[in-house]
Amino acid sequence: MSENKQPDKMRRNLIVATSVVGGAATVGAAVPFVASWFPSERAKSAGAPIQVDISKLAAGELGVFEWRGKPVWVLKRTNEMLDGIRRVDGKMADPKSEADQQPDYAKNEFRSIKPEVMVVVGVCTHLGCSPKERGADAKAEMGADWQGGFYCPCHGSKFDLAGRVYKGSPAPTNLEVPPHTYLSDSTILIGEDKKGA
Amino acid sequence: MTSRLVALWDWFDARMPSVAEEYRKHLSEYYAPKNFNFWYYFGSLAMLVLVIQIVSGIWLTMNYKPDANLAFGSVEYIMRDVPGGWIIRYIHSTGASAFFVVVYLHMFRGLMYGSYKAPRELIWIFGVLIYLTLMGEAFFGYLLPWGQMSYWGAQVIVNLFGAIPFIGPDLAVWIRGDYVVSDATLNRFFALHVIALPLALIGLVVVHLLALHDVGSNNPDGVEIKKKKDANGKPLDGIPFHPYYTVKDIVGVVVFLAVFCTVMFFAPEMGGYFLEHNNFIPADPLKTPLHIAPVWYFTPFYSILRAVPPLFGSQFPGVLAMGLAVLILFFLPWLDRSPVKSIRYRGAYFKCALGVFVVVFLILGYLGTEPTTVWGQFGFDAFFLDTRDIATWVARVGTVLYFLFFILMPWYTVRDKVYPVPERVTM
Repeated sequence: MSENKQPDKMRRNLIVATSVVGGAATVGAAVPFVASWFPSERAKSAGAPIQVDISKLAAGELGVFEWRGKPVWVLKRTNEMLDGIRRVDGKMADPKSEADQQPDYAKNEFRSIKPEVMVVVGVCTHLGCSPKERGADAKAEMGADWQGGFYCPCHGSKFDLAGRVYKGSPAPTNLEVPPHTYLSDSTILIGEDKKGA
Repeated sequence: MTSRLVALWDWFDARMPSVAEEYRKHLSEYYAPKNFNFWYYFGSLAMLVLVIQIVSGIWLTMNYKPDANLAFGSVEYIMRDVPGGWIIRYIHSTGASAFFVVVYLHMFRGLMYGSYKAPRELIWIFGVLIYLTLMGEAFFGYLLPWGQMSYWGAQVIVNLFGAIPFIGPDLAVWIRGDYVVSDATLNRFFALHVIALPLALIGLVVVHLLALHDVGSNNPDGVEIKKKKDANGKPLDGIPFHPYYTVKDIVGVVVFLAVFCTVMFFAPEMGGYFLEHNNFIPADPLKTPLHIAPVWYFTPFYSILRAVPPLFGSQFPGVLAMGLAVLILFFLPWLDRSPVKSIRYRGAYFKCALGVFVVVFLILGYLGTEPTTVWGQFGFDAFFLDTRDIATWVARVGTVLYFLFFILMPWYTVRDKVYPVPERVTM
C-alpha cells in the first residue's frame, strides 16, 4: 500500500465523503439545540395582546400597563400638553417620526390615533431602561424650557409627551408606539392592529 | 510502612507512568526563571480563585433555585437559614471580584514584561479567551440572584445584541428565550453559569498552561533563559517550579487570603462595588432602578459604550466600540514591534503609552460606575456639543486614548529608544 506513490484516490474520496456526511449530521444535530433557545409556546402565548380600559384615567394622568413584560404607557393628554409638544418640535431628533418606530396610523403630529391619548412602550430605545415621567413643573432640574416629558435615569435620554427623543440623548430613536386599536371609546387593544376594516 | 507505600507507588507507577512523567514535566523539572518578582503571583492566585469559585459554586447550587419566582428568595434563604450559607455565598461573591482583580494584575504583568511577544502569542491568545469566558461567566452569574441590578443589567447587556443591524432583535429574543428577560432567561443563564462556561474555563486554563510550559515562562528581564543551558541541558537561570515557586506562591496565597477574608468578613458588599445595593430588591420588570451600573470589572467597557454617540439612528457604533475594545487585545502580539520585551529595556514612548493607558483604564472604570452627570455640565453651548455632560466628554477622550494605545503601537514601539538587554537575567 505504501509503495503506491499516488494517494489512493478511492480512499481519499471515501474520507472526504465521510467527513462531509459527518459534518452535515453535526449541523443537523445542532438544530434542536439552537431551536430550543427560541421562545417556547408558553412564552409566545404570554405575549398575546391585552385589553386596556382608559375610562378611569383622568386628564393628564399616566396609566402603566404590562404587555409582553414591558410597560405600556397610556397618557390622557390635556390641551396644554399638546401645545407643549408643538413648542419643543425644534429640539427633537426626529420631530416628524421618520424612523420606523410606530405603525403608519400613528405617524402624525402627536404620534397617536387620537391626539388626546398617547400610547407608547415605556422602554428607552437606548438600552431598554424604563424612563420616568417628569411633569412640566420639573423645570428646575430639566431646564427652563421643559414642557413635561420623560427622563431616562440610566443614561439621561429625554423624551417629550409624544415619546419623541430630544437631540443629544443617547437614545437613537423615538419611543416605540405599539400596534394598538380602539375596541370602543374607552377600550384599547394593545398588541394588535385593526383587523379587516 | 514506608516500604509498603513505596511498593504501592511502584505498583502504580509501573501501570501508569504518565503521572510521574507529567509531575516532572510540569512541576519538579519545569524550569522557571529565577528572577520572578511580585507580579508573578497572580497567575497561581487566579488558579486558586478558580478553585474557590468552583467549590463554593457547587455548594451554592445545593440550595439555589433557578426559577424567577423562587430565585431571590432562595438566595435570602441561603443567607439566613442555611447553616454556613452566608459565608459560602460571600466567598463566591467576593471571589468573583477577586478573580477580576488578580486577572487584571496578571494581564498588566504581561503588558509590562512583553509576555505576549513571540514565541508566547498563543499563551496570550488563550489568556484573552479565558478573560472573555470569565466576563461571560460573571455576567451570567450576576443574573442569578434575580435582584433589580441582576435584571436590569442583563436587560441592558442582552439589548446590546439587539442593536446589531438586521439580525439584532431576533438574536435578542433568541438569547432571552422570551420577549423580555424572564424565567426562561434565568434558567438558561444558570445552565451556562454552572456547567457550560466553567467547563470551557477549565479547558482554556489547561491549554494556557500547556502552551506556557512548551515555550517556558517569560521574566521581568524578558530574557530567554533557554538560550543559556548547563552541561545537563538545564537553563542556567532556571529553577524547578517545585519546590522553589510553589513555596514562593504559598507566601502570595497567605497574603491574598488575608486580604480576601478581610473583605469577605468586614466589607462583603465593598460599599456597593462588589454587591450593588439595588440588588437587595427583587427584580421588577416594570420599575427601572434610578441608576444602572454594571459591577466594577465591566465599567471601563461600559464607559466606552456610553461615550460613543448614536450614528445614523442606531446605537450599534457604541456596541461595536465596546466589543472592539476587548477584541483588540488578541492582536497585541502583532501590534508591538519592539525588539525588546521588558519595560526595563524600553524607552520613554512605551513607558508613557502604558502609563496613559493605565490611567485612562482607571478613569473609564470609575466613570462607568457613575451617572454621566457626575462631573456636572459645561456652562456654554456649541454646535458640536450634543451633550454638555463633562463626564461624557472625558469618557470620549478616554475612549480615543484607549484605542490609540493599540493602534499607534506599531508606530511608537518601532521608534522607541531601547536599551541593551543583558545576556542573563538580573536579580
